[in-house]
Amino acid sequence: MGRLKLVGWGIIGLVLAVFSIPWFLWGNETVVAGLPIWLWWHVGWMVLTAVVFWIFTKRAWGIGIDPDVGDST
Amino acid sequence: MTLSIQLGIIVGYLLLALVVGLLAYRLTERTAEDFYLASRTVGTVVLLFTTFATLLSAFTFFAGPNMAYEWGPEWILVMGLMDGIIFAILWYVIGYKQWLLGQRYDYVTLGEMLGDRFASRRLRGLVAGISLVWLFPYVMLQQVGAGTALEALTDGAVPYAIGAGLITLFMILYVVVAGFRGIAWTDTLQGAFMLVTTWLAFGWVLVAVGGLETATGTLGDSPATAGFLALGSANYTPQWMLSTAITIGFGVAMFPQVNQRFFVASSKRVVKRSFALWPILCVLLFVPSFLLGVWAQGLGLEMGESGNILPVILNEYTPVWFAAIVIAGAMAAMMSSSDSMLLSGSSYFTRDLYRPFVEADLSDRREDLIARAGVVCFAVATFLASLYNPATLFELGDAAFSGFAQLALPIVLALYWRGTTRSGLIAGICGSQAFYLSSLFFPILPGSYAGWTSGVVGMLLGVVLTVVISWATTSVVEDRRSRYFDSSMGD
Repeated sequence: MGRLKLVGWGIIGLVLAVFSIPWFLWGNETVVAGLPIWLWWHVGWMVLTAVVFWIFTKRAWGIGIDPDVGDST
Repeated sequence: MTLSIQLGIIVGYLLLALVVGLLAYRLTERTAEDFYLASRTVGTVVLLFTTFATLLSAFTFFAGPNMAYEWGPEWILVMGLMDGIIFAILWYVIGYKQWLLGQRYDYVTLGEMLGDRFASRRLRGLVAGISLVWLFPYVMLQQVGAGTALEALTDGAVPYAIGAGLITLFMILYVVVAGFRGIAWTDTLQGAFMLVTTWLAFGWVLVAVGGLETATGTLGDSPATAGFLALGSANYTPQWMLSTAITIGFGVAMFPQVNQRFFVASSKRVVKRSFALWPILCVLLFVPSFLLGVWAQGLGLEMGESGNILPVILNEYTPVWFAAIVIAGAMAAMMSSSDSMLLSGSSYFTRDLYRPFVEADLSDRREDLIARAGVVCFAVATFLASLYNPATLFELGDAAFSGFAQLALPIVLALYWRGTTRSGLIAGICGSQAFYLSSLFFPILPGSYAGWTSGVVGMLLGVVLTVVISWATTSVVEDRRSRYFDSSMGD
């Protein structure tokens, strides 16, 4: 169970890093409200990242480091 | 008028820093742990801002907007990924584990932590030695930058050697007196100052040019910036963006002045809060700061002699005194980053090279004295080197981020993989350093591999070497593996 959780958080971390740059908007030059749409994506993504990090500190802090975390819940 | 305002602000900042330093000095215990780490008592706001100011100051103020001016706003994404996400994740993966180990075994430096686990004085010296090889030229570049800026600011009235010399003298005085606590406090003031002035500048320019839509609208009108709105370009390839974000993101985590901040939090709660707030703090600074650079290009402003675009756009659209405050603040920022580097450089030298190899049984009091002497030696040596600014050192300083990044992955393996052996770790560290240094200095090795920089390739090589050599060797008898694993790490 702990291992599964660890892998899950690892994948979440990787996804957060990979999509901070919206690769699917490559070459897109749409401007929304004065800024390129891909810049808005990035700003929103960073806010989302902070929220996910915050949830991580509440629910899984210590996972992969502290042997007590991850098995108990 | 501008000159006197700028000089007045710089002098004012220095005096403020000295006052803060003296206040900090009164609280200081005379031990090396207090001098280097403020006895691990730092709270959330100070930790967040001291890391922020140390990591980002001069680079964000000058180099970031320049990059966005030359190549377009994608730089915001590269820096967001590098500092906001990759560095934050490393703050947990490397930093939190380091913090726990530091709490338990009183480690002050990275080399000390590794040397203890693998029972190897040589490994400890190696990590410190490599770090100093990259740090020394980087500090030298900061002095070159500050000296040159002062010379340009005063139209040559303060010649380079005098300017850089005065700055060095001030930094020595300040670091020797204030120690980590004082530096962290001024960083906090400065980080907050940096955020506020950047947003003020952003707002001011927006009002002057007629709003966000107009400012961005100018980009489409000129051929130089027609490509800026589309994500990606000939310069911003996916490989380049990822390589840059990865090498610098991992590199900063190994920079002594940043890595040492992993040890200083007063509690687990402080580490958690800093970690969650970090991405927001980064995006809050990068977006306004780099957009100013982008718009300067769209508005057709010329880079000018200073080689920095931020002063140009500020002088164009904001009052003289405001532009002066921002520029002076940026110079002060440059100095405060160097302070932290001097302190950490000296700690690596005294803890990991002097103490283990020259004088093993130091009292706390004596180590504290030697630590302060170390600051003086380090600063004087980088200053003397900066007078000659030799090409080799220049190149090393310029490549320091990738150089430090080579250390990161073998160390992550040491922290998490029980199978890591002393020989494996040493091979991974030496091999990747040798590869990356060769790529820098021997033209026969290519600088990039299918678009990926040699820095990234070197990092992978470090992993492969650490794993393969660890498999091929057995751990030594006196190895203290249980220090990193086995027992509960909780509090």
